[in-house]
Amino acid sequence: MDQMIKKQLQIIACKVRIGVIESTYNAKSGHPGGSLSISDLLTYLYFAKMNINVKNPKMHERDRLVLSKGHCAPALYSVLAQKGFFDEDELKKLRHIGAMLQGHPDMKGTPGVDMTTGSLGQGISAACGMALSGRVSNDDYKVYAILGDGELQEGQVWEAAMFASHYKLDNLIAIIDNNGLQIDGRVTEICSPEPITDKFKSFGWHTILMDAHDFDDIERAFSEAEKISGKPVAIIQKSIKGKGVSFMENEVSWHGQAPNEEQYKQAIMELNEQLKDLEG
Amino acid sequence: MGEIIRKATRESYGEALTELAEKHENLVVLDADLAAATKTGIFRSAYPERFFNCGIAEANMMGIAAGLASTGKIPFASTFAMFAAGRAFEIVRNSIGYPHLNVKIGATHAGVSVGEDGATHQCNEDIALMRTIPGMTVIVPSDDIEAKAAVEASILYDGPVYLRFGRLATPIINDKEKYKFEIGKGILMKDGKDITIVATGLMVNEALGAARELEKENINARVINIHTIKPLDKDIICKAAMETGTIVTVEEHSVIGGLGAAVSEVVTECCPIKVIKIGVNDEFGYSGPGMDLLKAFGLCKDNIIAKVKEAIKNK
Repeated sequence: MDQMIKKQLQIIACKVRIGVIESTYNAKSGHPGGSLSISDLLTYLYFAKMNINVKNPKMHERDRLVLSKGHCAPALYSVLAQKGFFDEDELKKLRHIGAMLQGHPDMKGTPGVDMTTGSLGQGISAACGMALSGRVSNDDYKVYAILGDGELQEGQVWEAAMFASHYKLDNLIAIIDNNGLQIDGRVTEICSPEPITDKFKSFGWHTILMDAHDFDDIERAFSEAEKISGKPVAIIQKSIKGKGVSFMENEVSWHGQAPNEEQYKQAIMELNEQLKDLEG
Repeated sequence: MGEIIRKATRESYGEALTELAEKHENLVVLDADLAAATKTGIFRSAYPERFFNCGIAEANMMGIAAGLASTGKIPFASTFAMFAAGRAFEIVRNSIGYPHLNVKIGATHAGVSVGEDGATHQCNEDIALMRTIPGMTVIVPSDDIEAKAAVEASILYDGPVYLRFGRLATPIINDKEKYKFEIGKGILMKDGKDITIVATGLMVNEALGAARELEKENINARVINIHTIKPLDKDIICKAAMETGTIVTVEEHSVIGGLGAAVSEVVTECCPIKVIKIGVNDEFGYSGPGMDLLKAFGLCKDNIIAKVKEAIKNK
């Protein structure tokens, strides 16, 4: 990847993380851990990959993104705000009464949100429907669906996985955020979805492993995904829950907990330092 | 009167989809391995490139429908009522209802008239489930004419619609030439001043039969066909409550949460009168021929007559 572009993406991703902390702190609830683990991915997709139009969010030929792990909405909102779909001030009103930004993504109320999600396992089905529609109408768009590794415990995911492969939906790319943690503990201890790669392979998908926090590797993975035809692609991204904030990294307690004032200040300070280093 | 022609509304559903496909090029059909039974197989034969079998995976099918609708398609997702409203309830609520997506759910084999398959397949709870979802339209056609009109109206309407069809071949009661369907508008089938029978689906024919016999005994019953349970035609219900007093509701569905409950909710606010509910009481069905089961559950002309007479006596 071009070093200038990489630096820009790193800067944006850092700002996205600041947005995640700002929004969940002000909401006094929400899911910072998993939001931070997909911040680089969303930054790459919205700033370097997807064909979208900020002035016309519903443009028919746009690429679509379904956040199947809808609880990580703070990351999506933060990216959409960075992209200019709405004012950054909205982030501070997340989850407040009368606010545009709901606890989980609402396609009717938020520009740039392509599908309403939140109940796990459902987004991937909707993404299959979008991809199927594109196929039927010879539209050229791609559909990206982001799933959690814990989410793979939902049976509906595998109904959708079977469907996508049966209908050869090669315009569908699912990204599994494999941070290894879910609310109650380690995914491997709660009810293991492993081996994730083998499962998708056996369902007829092309699989790619990816480092979720390295833009060079992210670009490599998506370039490979683009070349695949005749089958859907699952990118299993190895990620760190809470990535970017030292005390949140790999800590299961940060799945669904907002930082208090002290933690908020600490997190913002760390992220600002990272930003300064990148911009310096 | 000519010979009675019978046809199952599921058959009308399959035919209507096929007849309307050319005019509505965004219409696509999904099924969950029941195309032969839901009659979407008729559509599949005519338009194979617009038909998608999802296999035995109703939850996924509803999500697929949501995704298709989000891109401008008009998907009809079809399976038995039990699996559409029951198994897939939460997906219908969250992926279709909440974003108010333009998905049409064609639910066949509703009620006890499914017959021999027994309780696991006899869905008497779907109207109750579906009408609790904000913005969901719930339609229960009474015959072939109405079923086809309902399919067309639901295509022209932008939003989620639950259409409930039956398995049994039942009499065609509406006049094709004069019939007009409007979502949310009840139909006065027979005027009357002594009492009102409000029916839906297959029970409209039974209600009409009952009213005709009651006429011979000088009981003048009004009959209203409520094909749209939600949004409910409050005006026609309140007018009947005010003009005839007691209302008897008849539905092939649980008395909990269905037509009877919806009518009760309305009259308690506009004109409190007695509402007698005929439907499946708080119990499961069982195996047997569909027609026999309808009789066994009191979903027939004779029971309506008995209940009306009792109500008139207690008036």
